[in-house]
Amino acid sequence: MIIDSTVMLNLLLVTLACFSAGAVGALAMAPWTNLSRLVGNAGALLGALGAFALGIAGIVGGNLQLTVPDLLPIGGAALGVDRLSAFFVVVIAAGAFPAALYALGYTREYAGKHSLAGMGFAFNVFIATMILVVLARNVLTFLFLWEAMSLASYFLVMTEPEREDTVDAGWVYFVMTHAGFAALFMGFLLLARATGTMDFANWSVAAIELDPTSRNLIFVLLALGFGSKAGVIPLHVWLPRAHPAAPSHVSALMSGVMIKLGVYGLVRVAFDWLGTGPVWWGGTMLIVGAVSAVLGVLYALVEHDLKRLLAYHSVENIGIILLGLGGGMLFQAHGLEALAALALIAALYHTLNHAAFKSLLFMGAGAVVLATHTRNMEELGGLIKRMPQTATFFLVGSVAIAALPPFNGFISEWLTFQSLLLSFQISAHTVNLIFALGIAALALTSGLAAACFVKAFGITFLALPRSEPAALAREVEWTMRAPMALLAFACIALGVAPFVILAPLEAAVFDLMGAHADMKFDWSMVVANDSFGWVAPLWIALGLGAFLMAIPLALRSIGANKRRRYYETWGCGRALQTARFEYTATAFANPFKRVFALLYRPVKELDIEFHPESRYFVRTIAYYNEGRLIFEDALYRPLLRMIQALAREARVLQSGNVHGYLVYILVALVALLILTV
Amino acid sequence: MLTEITIELLQLLMVMLGSPLLVGVIRKAKARLQGRRGASIGQPYADLRKLLTKEMVVSENTSWIFRFTPYLLATTMLLSALIVPVLTTRTPLGFMGNIIALMYLFLLGTFFLALAGLDAGSAFGGMGSSREVAIAALAEPTVLIAIFGIALRAGTTSLDSIITRFAAEPLLMLNAGHLLAFFAFFIVALAENGRLPVDNPATHLELTMIHEAMILEYSGRLLALVEWAAGMKLFLFLTLLSNLFFPWGVALTNTPVALVTAFVALAVKLLLFAWAIALVETSVAKLRLFRVPELLAGSFTLALLAVVTAFFIK
Repeated sequence: MIIDSTVMLNLLLVTLACFSAGAVGALAMAPWTNLSRLVGNAGALLGALGAFALGIAGIVGGNLQLTVPDLLPIGGAALGVDRLSAFFVVVIAAGAFPAALYALGYTREYAGKHSLAGMGFAFNVFIATMILVVLARNVLTFLFLWEAMSLASYFLVMTEPEREDTVDAGWVYFVMTHAGFAALFMGFLLLARATGTMDFANWSVAAIELDPTSRNLIFVLLALGFGSKAGVIPLHVWLPRAHPAAPSHVSALMSGVMIKLGVYGLVRVAFDWLGTGPVWWGGTMLIVGAVSAVLGVLYALVEHDLKRLLAYHSVENIGIILLGLGGGMLFQAHGLEALAALALIAALYHTLNHAAFKSLLFMGAGAVVLATHTRNMEELGGLIKRMPQTATFFLVGSVAIAALPPFNGFISEWLTFQSLLLSFQISAHTVNLIFALGIAALALTSGLAAACFVKAFGITFLALPRSEPAALAREVEWTMRAPMALLAFACIALGVAPFVILAPLEAAVFDLMGAHADMKFDWSMVVANDSFGWVAPLWIALGLGAFLMAIPLALRSIGANKRRRYYETWGCGRALQTARFEYTATAFANPFKRVFALLYRPVKELDIEFHPESRYFVRTIAYYNEGRLIFEDALYRPLLRMIQALAREARVLQSGNVHGYLVYILVALVALLILTV
Repeated sequence: MLTEITIELLQLLMVMLGSPLLVGVIRKAKARLQGRRGASIGQPYADLRKLLTKEMVVSENTSWIFRFTPYLLATTMLLSALIVPVLTTRTPLGFMGNIIALMYLFLLGTFFLALAGLDAGSAFGGMGSSREVAIAALAEPTVLIAIFGIALRAGTTSLDSIITRFAAEPLLMLNAGHLLAFFAFFIVALAENGRLPVDNPATHLELTMIHEAMILEYSGRLLALVEWAAGMKLFLFLTLLSNLFFPWGVALTNTPVALVTAFVALAVKLLLFAWAIALVETSVAKLRLFRVPELLAGSFTLALLAVVTAFFIK
């Protein structure tokens, strides 16, 4: 189906108009807080709908090339839609629509305390710039929009500046995102200078002619820049600070959607702009992905802050996506285009799936935080009885992120496994070993993720409440439950009917790489590499449903006793059951802390306060078992110390003498003139 | 069409009815090795029947997850029984999933069982859940790498095709890597099914329990379903071990003669495995909990070696 480019242009303009109306309207109605809040979020909602339509139109075949000559220097502002960009627009819209709907209810709490007008403005700008970034088609458009997106998200993170951890989070986020921006800036300018053009479309042809050193350098710079936005280890330090600090609908967007723009950039770098690279590019990507996946989930396991746990899981899932990307790059470097396409499809499918279930989980966490005013899992519990619908939606998200059938996480991880297993078709021993370790890492990650979400869901929602606020929690309003229901439905639908996404993904990957993926699928089955492996998710779901209904009927027919009596939990003879007897999150994570002590380097402290009269009587016992953040200690602090030492040395230049400064300007000017002429 | 339904029904019945018998045989073998007479091999049937007549006592702290989990466990096991090539390689519903899908179906059951352990609000349940998911998570890499090792030799990850390939070319199995993968998978089978040296299924001490601690609160028909599902999981794991690594006797066509031969062959293989497990359980003591990761790391090394030999010895 060919969609006219005027239709596409109209869709784009409508989308932008909605976001602008939302942004400006929110600011204009600032004195009337409720109205400003409604206008801001409604504008974002409608804009997300428009963007969704635009994305679908782009996937189906619509084309759009738009250049506004004088808006930006060197080439103007250039936008374009191709299938890959359209797919990412769909991902963004699919995350933004529920987030905006959720915000309608969630932001009510901020009325009177924080600027809702500012939040509405920043929210609309954030989503609009994200959509435009994936549509950008030349360097300055991309960089300008990237920076706008980072600034908008910074202001959203800093919504509650009176909290200490928010200021710290905002600061780290600001520095990391600009360090990444600097790397991107350098990489883009080097590539533009080497190929002679600022337009993305011409790079893939011209980049093959570049000499290997500059190509490698550009790859490293761009990978660092996009990697820091995606949150790969060791550039992830901003993620576990910024995502919990932001309001929950913003966390859902940042975690579900914004870090995917890093993935978008990496896909463009690996498969579009720089052509087919040497083997070490793919190998490094795969190893970085494996490390991020395993370390992300290991850090998540010992977290008790519900939102920080989810943030670390984003690091883990980005690692899984990079495993697919790295695998694809390795296949391409060895000429196996069909397998590369399969790996890329697996990675992109996981991108969409992660957007769906991570947004769902953050919204659930936001509902819990709203109801109980605490993020600490150790103070929660029993919420499944107080907030049954939120609990069910969070359960769907948990089962999906643990990659269990028949939900969506299972399909994308299955595809990733299949593409990694097919690596035996490469006959290079080092590469085979890297793939084998990648498979082991992915398996370990999925097992640990299941463990972590047993903890997250079990401690937060099950058994008895561990504190007064948890015992008094109430279910949240429908505007917050409806987007969760929508995303839960999406998780189930994407898991049971993968062909809905696989068909457009295959088309997008074919446009990008020119190769068909090594898989077949129809309405019920997905088959990898002819007969290497297959799965029929719809049948599995039907089978599970059929047996679930048949077993109770069978039991009734053989006359099994169905009487049920409610009584207290067995307590080994103790007098009463309180929440103090339940298992805690710290205890749940203890086996992992012990097994992986090399990573956590836990610091244990035991403080016992005795009764002043006699040491036989104990008043209080305090037990601390904290893990240390090894990346911060080993990588960032020495780096910061070095920079601070350099800055102290450079202070000599700041003499305070104006004449000295004028001489500096003269020297710099002369040097520039000599260098460039 | 009729033959397909019959075959699937036969496989399902074999797993459904055969798993309590398998558990009974293992217990009897252990008793004999320990110098006791032991209960009859039909005792698990009597136990299940007794449980089904009893009333359920459910803790007040629990939610719907507690009551739902036993049904889900039995469901996943029954669905897996339809996929695993128990008797024949022409499993009609084998298209539903390959060996990776099967492993994730098992993980689905474990996930919900761990949640049910936390649901009652007792420390024993939480402890069981924590230990169980730790062991399941650490066993996952071994499983996948062992699958990789098998897939390298057989050229496929679909269960039916693996067996067909190995049955057609027995020489493929005659190498060190295959044996290493078998041992790795055997250790994982012990870990996933709660057998010594990882977990003692006959212990009465809660602090030493892993699987039993999670199901401590169950009673009546819920307990019957959980015990039955655990038996089916053991049956399916041993069937996988028998048929993937020693595929002699598995029916390659769906004729009555082949199916009867397959039935007898599987019975013999499972009997041998039952005795092997009884021998292992009688000769080794249960490992301390924090030694289990070392065992699993050892099995991972075996599986990795299996993969490496596949690459270097072609």
